[in-house]
Amino acid sequence: MASLGKITRRALLFGAAAVAGGAAFGYWYVATPYSNPLEGDLAEGEATFNPYVKIATDNTITVIAPRAEMGQGISTTLAAMVAEELDVPLEGLKVEHGPASWAYYNAAMIEEGGPFAFYDESVTAEIMRSVMGGVSKIFGLQGTGGSASTRDGFIKMRQAGAAARLMLVAAAATRLQVPAAELETAGAAILHKASGRSLTYGEVAIDAAKLSPPSDPPLKPKSDWTLLGKPQKRVDMLAKVTGAPIFGMDMVLPDMLFGTVKLSPRFWAKPLKADLSKAEKMPGMIKIVPLATNYGHGFGIIAKNTWAAFKAADAIEAEWDVPEYPLDTAAIAKVLTDALSSPDGSAMRDDGDVDVAFADAPAEKLVEAEYWVPYLAHAAMEPMNATARLKDGVLDLWAGNQAPTITRRLCATALQLDEVKVNIHTPSLGGGFGRRVEADFSLCAALMAKETDGRPIKVVWTREQDLRQDAYRPAAAGKFQARLGDDGLPVALDMKVSSPSVIASTLRRLFPSIPPLGPDKTIVDGAYNQPYTIANYRVTGIAAPVTIPVGSWRSVGNSFNGFFHECFMDEIAAAGKTDPVELRKKLMAVYPAAVTVVEKVAAMAKWGEALPAGKAKGIAFTLSFGSWVGEVVQVAQTPSGIRIEKVWIAADVGTALDPGIIEAQLISGAIYGLSAAVGQEITFANGAVEQSNFHDFDAMRIHQCPEFEVAIIENFHKMGGVGEIGTPPAAPALANAIFALTGKRIRSLPLGKEVAFV
Amino acid sequence: MRLIVDGKPTEIDADPDMPLLWTLRDLAGKTGPKFGCGVAMCGACTVHVDGMPVRSCVLPVGNVDGEIVTIEGLAQGGKLHPVQQAWLEEQVAQCGYCQAGQIMSAAALLDQVADPTDDDIDAAMSGNLCRCGTYPKIRAAIRKAAALKTARI
Repeated sequence: MASLGKITRRALLFGAAAVAGGAAFGYWYVATPYSNPLEGDLAEGEATFNPYVKIATDNTITVIAPRAEMGQGISTTLAAMVAEELDVPLEGLKVEHGPASWAYYNAAMIEEGGPFAFYDESVTAEIMRSVMGGVSKIFGLQGTGGSASTRDGFIKMRQAGAAARLMLVAAAATRLQVPAAELETAGAAILHKASGRSLTYGEVAIDAAKLSPPSDPPLKPKSDWTLLGKPQKRVDMLAKVTGAPIFGMDMVLPDMLFGTVKLSPRFWAKPLKADLSKAEKMPGMIKIVPLATNYGHGFGIIAKNTWAAFKAADAIEAEWDVPEYPLDTAAIAKVLTDALSSPDGSAMRDDGDVDVAFADAPAEKLVEAEYWVPYLAHAAMEPMNATARLKDGVLDLWAGNQAPTITRRLCATALQLDEVKVNIHTPSLGGGFGRRVEADFSLCAALMAKETDGRPIKVVWTREQDLRQDAYRPAAAGKFQARLGDDGLPVALDMKVSSPSVIASTLRRLFPSIPPLGPDKTIVDGAYNQPYTIANYRVTGIAAPVTIPVGSWRSVGNSFNGFFHECFMDEIAAAGKTDPVELRKKLMAVYPAAVTVVEKVAAMAKWGEALPAGKAKGIAFTLSFGSWVGEVVQVAQTPSGIRIEKVWIAADVGTALDPGIIEAQLISGAIYGLSAAVGQEITFANGAVEQSNFHDFDAMRIHQCPEFEVAIIENFHKMGGVGEIGTPPAAPALANAIFALTGKRIRSLPLGKEVAFV
Repeated sequence: MRLIVDGKPTEIDADPDMPLLWTLRDLAGKTGPKFGCGVAMCGACTVHVDGMPVRSCVLPVGNVDGEIVTIEGLAQGGKLHPVQQAWLEEQVAQCGYCQAGQIMSAAALLDQVADPTDDDIDAAMSGNLCRCGTYPKIRAAIRKAAALKTARI
């Protein structure tokens, strides 16, 4: 693994961001707490104890869960952390996202941003984690991503509940004139058993909030948990089964206008000519305004209803400038494959001496392969949208988003407002998957709100705009070789991966003042940091110069490196005549957590037992976001194509805070990965995305969905994430099953281009 | 024009070509039915017209001839519909955006077939896309809803 010296020389992208951030904000920010954003905005009779807890005199308890709820259940689990320590039932709580605030920075989100594998616990790696957490704080990065929300909240949310409880007890002790030690709490009340007297939390809240918070409140041991560790009812389930207006799409404000956008189909390109006359005359139209943001150019259509706006957008005729990147998929692919032979790569893993190991390798001991994965759209069910109102110099913006403080800064800059004049409201997200880290939909609405004389406007993108104006999962190309030893196991493995840089592309849109310096570890994430031991083992990432916007797509680099690494491992197993499960157990022997997961999933799937003709299984493993995940996929040949019958998943997440939600996330992640593996790709012609809606960018449907069996393991001593970890092993486990079934090794996605699925 | 939405007569001033979905959402204040694709490929906009499930995003409001029920009108007399109750008990929803359409399709299925087979469920539900992958729970909840509904009758 990398040494600190190497890291300094390499100046990782986020390292550069840290330097820039430190210079801009002053390093003392890291050591100073942010103020409580709830203090300025309390209702009558409400008291706040810290940025996460409000209690009103009527005993209404509000928990701020400042992470985007996009289906991963985070509002429920964060609220459960507070409720556990506050000694209140989860059902009694109000749970809100709260305002955008630096106080809600997510340290865990980029803690693993350094070039160290999760299992590397050297002093150097730990120092890097602490520095990266500080970077998040310097930037006040309130974000939901990196499967980090529970890890980030695990201490602070429980402490918020515990501190509030101690303050309430102290206030009650004063009121009742008894020692605090004689008081007990339960059901949002404080009881003095000896005298039978009790007070509700609400009755002492105002007094309690005036006390100094304890600096290090003790937390319950795991054995005393009553909520955490057990499946909870989601706090938003009733709203979601009754059609309550909880999404950005559902915003209704008095006097509201409606709108949509028509953005350049060629990214970053300006309009050369535009004829708006036909569109402007259409019924229900108000006006069309030009848009220019960090995301490029286009038009905003303002109308009396959404349908009128959609029809007018269709009627805009425009010619767009030539793009700055190759025009079609073939030319883009050539840039990526050419980059594979570039000497510019960065070896994020370089064990032994790979060049020496291959120098005298006999041909019959070599395994060589080239792989490819396409660009992918996120295709969240709720198309991008935002509602904005600019009135009296204040912008209010309602948008389901994963990055409120970034959204606030970019909107403030675009409208030349001070950040304190921008209020970001974050409703529930109809899917995120990384797409809603972006600010394009917010910026468009904010700019359009400048044109409506103070009236609010809801700007809804069509599905076509949503698919064609994404920050895509990048395409990636891989060239791999292995040398087998006499026992069939690899003695050397050399992996080269080229892909456009997600970090550089994201910085261009979200942090345009920070130059993209240094290597991007996401290009090799999921390949360089896997718990395998091979004497000579090198993984090199090369940033391919294609500037189509690329961003975070559920599991980011792991989404393609899981496929690359685990399919090539399957090729090594086949070439060395080793069982794929045995191969992994041998190569992972020094990482017991990994071996346990592989053994568990193999046992669940009855790996090795004979199957009827026409059925086969494949296995894959990826350690991502701090969790160790093995998946086995079983496929069956049917007269009309291959059916995905069953998927077994074993995941070691260290500490399982809500097993019900974790199981749902593992299945969700696997279906997301299988959907892409079977049929999804974004292709380009004439500089524009070719796909436009679910007819040519579909996802798994209920009749295609396999059965699932899930085991959650709490074995490793550090807690891992949950939201993305089911995705990386899904595609390789499926591809490996198809190899076992048909003998056909498919090295590019989607698999549906090579075999038929039912 | 006059529509009956969730049991209430509603006067609407809409171009007859406007899809029912946008009439409901932008003009009638019914945001329960969701916009997902606009081309009847995802089912998020599903409502009932005279008890039949329709994709409201492609149905011109001028062609609507019947009573409309949206997710907001599915519960009756302060009691959740058996499908909603089953969805709650099985904890189906993740992001929840597609679930209004899923629930409306499932409710229509159970009106037609009291005890649906897996094939019945596939046929009735394959037009409803879910990107969170809640399908295993949807299937379980439809079975539970069938039992709840039978028990209520």
